[in-house]
Amino acid sequence: MNFFKRASLYIVLIVCVVLIMFPIVYAFLISFLSGAELLQGKWWPTDWSFRNYIKAFEKVPLVRYLWNSFVVSFIVMIGQLIVSSLSAYAFVFLRFPGRNILFFTTIMTMLVPWEATVIPNYLTVQSLGWTNNYLGLTIPFFALAFGIFLLRQHFKTIPFELYEAAQVSGVRHFRFFWYVVLPLSKTSLATLGVYSFLTTWNMYLWPLLVTNDERVRTVQIGLKQMQTQEMATEWGVVMAAVIVTILPTLILLFIGQKQLQKGLMQGAIK
Amino acid sequence: MNFRRVSSNISYILYVIPSFLLFSTFVFYPMIRTGYLSMHTTNFQGAPTAYVGFEHFRYLIEDRNFRESMKATFLFVLYTVPSTVLISLFLALLANEKLKGIQLFRTFFSSTLGMSVAASSVIWMFMYNPSIGIVNKLVVALGGQERQWLLDPDTALIAVAVATVWMNIGFAFLILLGGLQNIDVTLYESAKIAGVSKIYQLWRITLPLLSPTLFFIVTVSLIHAFQTFGQIDILTKGGPVNTTTVLVYSIYREAFVNYNFGFASAQAVVLFFIVLVITILQFALVERKVHYQ
Repeated sequence: MNFFKRASLYIVLIVCVVLIMFPIVYAFLISFLSGAELLQGKWWPTDWSFRNYIKAFEKVPLVRYLWNSFVVSFIVMIGQLIVSSLSAYAFVFLRFPGRNILFFTTIMTMLVPWEATVIPNYLTVQSLGWTNNYLGLTIPFFALAFGIFLLRQHFKTIPFELYEAAQVSGVRHFRFFWYVVLPLSKTSLATLGVYSFLTTWNMYLWPLLVTNDERVRTVQIGLKQMQTQEMATEWGVVMAAVIVTILPTLILLFIGQKQLQKGLMQGAIK
Repeated sequence: MNFRRVSSNISYILYVIPSFLLFSTFVFYPMIRTGYLSMHTTNFQGAPTAYVGFEHFRYLIEDRNFRESMKATFLFVLYTVPSTVLISLFLALLANEKLKGIQLFRTFFSSTLGMSVAASSVIWMFMYNPSIGIVNKLVVALGGQERQWLLDPDTALIAVAVATVWMNIGFAFLILLGGLQNIDVTLYESAKIAGVSKIYQLWRITLPLLSPTLFFIVTVSLIHAFQTFGQIDILTKGGPVNTTTVLVYSIYREAFVNYNFGFASAQAVVLFFIVLVITILQFALVERKVHYQ
């Protein structure tokens, strides 16, 4: 590639980055502006003080919301890892009657959009007394067909001879699963972990339905609430809360991007 | 079957019991229940009170609100899906070039994947703010007319669609880039030796070999677009005059604002069938039309 071509490619790339990143950078700049400065039409902060951030934490229980989001995302992540890896193990290594039917039902779940089942699910969770409770926010998401397929894909690459050898030497299934299969699948487990954490952290409709109490409300619903209450006067504070909310997932994405890409492809295409 | 075999079968089933129970409780039962509720009127607690058969569905066809909602939904899909795929494809082709520091550009391009619908919507809400938002400032600077983007029936849906395209680029980009990276580089080397032009390479090598991935991302984006909710709830609440009441927002409003669970369930059944048709089409077409390596 000659110099001119390379330079023009860089220019196009940079223009695209500016366009894509603009809303995020803009929100970041606004989070350092006071209400008066905003009304004057300013967009570049004169002093980089954290007063909006401090206010955001004072005005709404942001720490509580962030903690709730963290706990919920972490529980869903662990739950999905356990449930998916157990199922994937059974589909790859175990032979038992009904296995194919079970595998078929797992595929079938991918045909059902979550939003189409949300009414009965809400009524179920309500009748179990799980509203305003971590249980209602987490347990319905423990089983995930995508997660099962992703791990199954990886488990299939583990040599079957290893399994047979373990069988011959009388190693119990659970020991084989725990001490051989899982350690060999660290990367896939990490990919699924990042994926579950990210999607749960960003969930919106379900937490909106099943929480109306500060003690369990997640940060996404907290944002919606702030935006409705604050409106025109305190946009800087709202943007500070936005930045605080997106920081954990952006960092996670930047660290796990390569992993995630590989995993999404594997679980999706093959 | 001897005893040992039976007992090992039982222990095997323990591995699949958790996912089976969860799928039954939170996917299959509620799907059947949705169908059941769609044929009943319900009380405020969501308990069925009377059987009405297909009355809700007949009413759906006549209902002006629902017709508007379907129109908004399909327009929204039309505005968001092709543009998301095309923009992401363009970015993926760019980011697939072998240049120094390209990894950094890839990370930036995929960054909206880490942005929640709520946070993104709040940012766009501010950008569309008629008095202090950047959109009006830009429009005025370019000689255009100031507008209330989210309150004007002519622009609200498009405004939400633009924000949505931005939110979805990260995911589509990452998937398409993965597809491009899976293409065998020796093909390009042979093409280079044969002196084939870049455009010809794109048309004859890249796009055909990328077609499974492209097809996948189109299907996923379609299904995803039909499930849109968060940005509508934050940006427009379905207004102005129902121009942005997409299907899931309509279900939400009917069920959780009006407590009309039966009628809402009928709409949920419609959503189910739309997604089903897309999925079946994908399976039917994928075998015939798409080129596999």
